[in-house]
Amino acid sequence: MSFEQLLQYLLSGVTNGSIYAIVAIGFNIIYNTTGIINFAQGEFLMLGGMTAISLSPYVPLPLAILIAVIITAMVGAVVDFLIIRRLKKPTVLNMVIVTIGLSIIIREIALHLWDEKVRSLPYFTGNEVTSINILGAYISPQVLWVLGVSAVIVIFLGVFFKFTLTGRSMRACASNITAARLCGINTRNMVTISFMLSAAIGALAGCVISPITQTQYDCGTSLAIKGFAVAILGGLGNSTGAIIGGITIGLLEAFSISVLPLAYKDAIAISILLIILFLRPSGLLGKKEAVELKEF
Amino acid sequence: MNMKKYTPVFCLIGAAVIFQIITSVLNREFYLTQLTMSAYYCLVILGLTVLMGYAGQISLGHAAFFAMGGYTTAVLTTWNLAAAQEGTLARLVVQLGLSTASTNAYGVEIRHISPWVSLLVALAITVAVAFLIGIPILKLKGHYLAMATLGFGIIVYRIVLGSRIFGEADGISDLPPFRLFGPLYVSGDPALRVQNFYIAAFLVVLAVVLLQNLIDSRMGRALRSIHGSEEAANAMGVNTARYKLHVFVLSAVFACIAGVFLTHFNGGVGPSEADVMKSVTYVAIVAVGGMANLWGALAMGMALNYLSLRGYFGSYDEFVFGGILIVIMLFFPDGLLKKENMRSLTEAAIRMKNKIWKRKNELS
Amino acid sequence: MKQLSRSFGGLRAVDDVSFNVEKNSITAVIGPNGAGKTTLFNLISGALAPDSGEAYIDGRPIHRLPPYRIARHGISRTFQNIKLFPHMTVLENVMIGRHIRSRSGFLSAMLRLPGSRAEEQQIQERSMEILALMGIEGIAGQEAGSLPFGKQRIVEFARALATEPSLLLLDEPAAGLNMYETAQVSELITKIRGRGVTVLVIEHDMSLVMNISDMIVVLSSGKKIAEGLPSDIQKNREVIRVYLGEDNA
Repeated sequence: MSFEQLLQYLLSGVTNGSIYAIVAIGFNIIYNTTGIINFAQGEFLMLGGMTAISLSPYVPLPLAILIAVIITAMVGAVVDFLIIRRLKKPTVLNMVIVTIGLSIIIREIALHLWDEKVRSLPYFTGNEVTSINILGAYISPQVLWVLGVSAVIVIFLGVFFKFTLTGRSMRACASNITAARLCGINTRNMVTISFMLSAAIGALAGCVISPITQTQYDCGTSLAIKGFAVAILGGLGNSTGAIIGGITIGLLEAFSISVLPLAYKDAIAISILLIILFLRPSGLLGKKEAVELKEF
Repeated sequence: MNMKKYTPVFCLIGAAVIFQIITSVLNREFYLTQLTMSAYYCLVILGLTVLMGYAGQISLGHAAFFAMGGYTTAVLTTWNLAAAQEGTLARLVVQLGLSTASTNAYGVEIRHISPWVSLLVALAITVAVAFLIGIPILKLKGHYLAMATLGFGIIVYRIVLGSRIFGEADGISDLPPFRLFGPLYVSGDPALRVQNFYIAAFLVVLAVVLLQNLIDSRMGRALRSIHGSEEAANAMGVNTARYKLHVFVLSAVFACIAGVFLTHFNGGVGPSEADVMKSVTYVAIVAVGGMANLWGALAMGMALNYLSLRGYFGSYDEFVFGGILIVIMLFFPDGLLKKENMRSLTEAAIRMKNKIWKRKNELS
Repeated sequence: MKQLSRSFGGLRAVDDVSFNVEKNSITAVIGPNGAGKTTLFNLISGALAPDSGEAYIDGRPIHRLPPYRIARHGISRTFQNIKLFPHMTVLENVMIGRHIRSRSGFLSAMLRLPGSRAEEQQIQERSMEILALMGIEGIAGQEAGSLPFGKQRIVEFARALATEPSLLLLDEPAAGLNMYETAQVSELITKIRGRGVTVLVIEHDMSLVMNISDMIVVLSSGKKIAEGLPSDIQKNREVIRVYLGEDNA
């Protein structure tokens, strides 16, 4: 393998990895306040991408993306208000089943709104043939957009969780929900905010990747599965873990293509995830107690 | 023998018989086809109910075991022995008496491996795989277990989809019928609808009886104790790791048998049977059935699969399924088949009536 | 018990503790909070593996066995923070205790073979007897998780007893109980000893400890600081120092 080839694989691995990491971070935000995996997370990405695509002929691209993000965040809030809040028996499994139901419904609504056609947003800069030469490897400028936006999201969340009152309250919920409640934090509202936040982040990610991966009504499922795998690999609830896990899986996939047929791409990455889990049952950076606490 | 315990079982048998008679009298026997298919899916669901509801271990990979059964029998029984007669292996199979002859859809007689043999092979493969992956996987908990089983399902799905031997995206079709004994065949032949319905019903009844016995036994108690508190169960001398593994293998066997029978009934199998969404659907049905409730799971499994297979909701099929999941979790978190639910349903009706009354009074 | 040690991180929670429990005696383990009493129990019952040291029951080594194997050697326990099976009935909880005293497996259970049915009958009868012994046969059909705290302790007690242990480990059996219930527990412990069971008990209630125990082991910061008859322990300066602080010594 030549150096340029290696670099090409490396870059594509990191790009895919950072997408997975963003999905995984969306999972983590909701997991930390509720203890559940929101199986509709992938649908938030699809929804963001689709909404922006529909708006893009009428308004400038940045505005279309902004509106898409806001609309998706609203959907997140509505989901919590109408359903999650009203669960009589909010056990982990019941909530997970609800999010599975939600993901199906959102997907079906999208199918009826936007049919089965594969769409995509225009490239943010240049077009599909524009490429930038980095040390001999050719990449699309959109890849830089993906990497840049992922970095911005991670930095934004870092600041948000560390320095704002809301962010800190959410972290308090994550470490001990009863204690947080006793300290006067409205844990219910934190759940709503976490749904909005992860929906918004999902929508933004859905827009940025749309030119590369394209958007279809059912594209959320596979992204959600990847994101779930990454979140687990990194250790649920741990965002640094999500980034490490995302890039690990991204690179594994990229390099597995060079050795094995494309059809087995998923199988290879998942097999390695399983092996890691067997060795470290709570993920790379996960804490053992965290696994015990939030059982079904 | 405790008669009261078996009353529901007799009701189930009775319901099956009555349904068959009604459809036959009305000349609507084609309804039985989807009922038969639903019944086979229910075998998977029943096994999963014991694993999830009683032992408390989630599996998002049970479609993989179903596919293992279906694909094993599909690959083996579609292997044309007459054409491969030159090969030593093929000759050996024929000489050992492991083959059987049947006529295909075009009326040509073909010689192939007996489905009984392929059933045994499928079971052996499933048990071996379930054991091997069960040992490390069942050490995981909660979401981590969910992901690992999901991952296992994805791997099997990808292998099925990517391998020539499994027909890639097309799957495998033209399976011969499975001759159980005498005149009994598992096959999609419309003339054999009634007997196939009873074969499937028999397997479901057998499964319910066996699993109900298991739950009510010393073993069942041990399984439920694992769900309650693994640490305490261990301290009471329950070998939790081993029982979790055994019940995992048991539920995999149920899925495998369902796969073998349904594949012969359908005459083929495709990669969608191994799809992750299938596994998710099984888990969801166990949950809406009330988790630790065999009868609830059976009722929901029959109803939802049947409605979906009959295509009653047209292109809104998935939508309705998603909606049902949410509605049941919102209003009947313990499943529909519970006494309290009937009560709260009437209460809700009364409340609704009062509200309307009030509104009416306010208006006037 | 010989030189059992276990550390968590840098902390030696149980440090080189050795003692002997006489057959058919009641031995109490006392000590201030954080002395390592519960850790000691977890080591004996196998919930935690010792870093070093050995444990024997009737001369057989048990320190390398998983908890379910240790249970089969006749050691049963209760938990400080009650661990019942909340969604099972009281009777079913106790019937789990009979698990190691019965043998029918998956297949015979699924087929309801005559042997497994007879065994099931026996399990149920024995469990009812134990409930009767504890005086709680009236609540046999209730869901264990819905019972008041004191009752749950007794159910857990009954469950442990149902395994027919030769050594019973009781972790704070009187914690959270009122005086009447404590007296009841004390009576039960003596009654159980009368049936040939050896009892090792962790307890903070000194009057209970002094009343029932034959021997007392005192732990502090993971180390054994005293061992002896109740009357001796009451006079032991080291123990008084640990309990009441330096000044009073």
